[in-house]
Amino acid sequence: MMEELTINHFFTLSLLLFIIGISGIFINRKNIISLLMSIELMLLSVNINFAAFSSFNQDLAGQVFAIFVLTVAGAEAAIGLAILVIYFHNRKTIEVSDISSMKG
Amino acid sequence: MNFITILFYLFSFILISSALVVVSTRNSVHSVMFLILAFFNAAALFILLGAEFLAMLLIVVYVGAIAVLFLFVVMMLNVDASKIKAKINKHIPILLCFAAILFLEIFLILRVSTIYPYEKASLYPILANSNNVKTLGSILYTDFFLPFELAGGILFVAMIGAIVLTLSQRKRFIKKQKISDQVFRNKANSLEIVKVKIGEGINL
Repeated sequence: MMEELTINHFFTLSLLLFIIGISGIFINRKNIISLLMSIELMLLSVNINFAAFSSFNQDLAGQVFAIFVLTVAGAEAAIGLAILVIYFHNRKTIEVSDISSMKG
Repeated sequence: MNFITILFYLFSFILISSALVVVSTRNSVHSVMFLILAFFNAAALFILLGAEFLAMLLIVVYVGAIAVLFLFVVMMLNVDASKIKAKINKHIPILLCFAAILFLEIFLILRVSTIYPYEKASLYPILANSNNVKTLGSILYTDFFLPFELAGGILFVAMIGAIVLTLSQRKRFIKKQKISDQVFRNKANSLEIVKVKIGEGINL
């Protein structure tokens, strides 16, 4: 059953990880830090997929795109956490259900 | 079942279980720690795939920067976790059911399908005796130069944005001496004579 490592192994792994990330978004809807971490998990699964296809097709372009995904993930985490910090300073809470009045 | 496959199953088992802990635990600090474990295992999987540069990048960028940033924010905010977990989401069984259905659909398609929808022609081939970092660099700085520069621009904008957002309003401008204000200061706009009643204070 499990003789050689194929692309299906990596595809299944990244699929599992992506679905865990999606479930995490829906389960932890109260805590915005957990939401950001779930998004990081989903981006990681995308990266695994890119690297697996790159490796099994013998094409380096997938790894280059994984680097760009990494860049976007870094920028997103930095901006998201900065917004979180100033929001916490203003409102003393980070409950997602309270963030419905972001005007002005 | 060779050694590489055993390693794959080991790393992917730890990766999946730590990802499950990340999404299910209530304690944010534990969650960040398991996120770091997940990133380390993903880096090991990248090494199995022959993408060494990506693996090292994952450790440096994710573990060294992003996870530490998360940890820093979690500790700085010091959120009261008991308030957050007061209301438990009632739809969790339905959500898990949907997640399982979604997983099974894609998984069965993957198992049943014999058609490979991708072309096998490679534009940037990985040669057998080539250095991963060297070939990646030679592609990144030639054919992918514009996306590479744009990625740098995105990171720059993110850096400026994060600095501007978190810099407090009061300390944003440096305090310095304004000589004209000092010269134009006179008795009328700086002094005020207040009668203080006995037994009462004044409101400044």
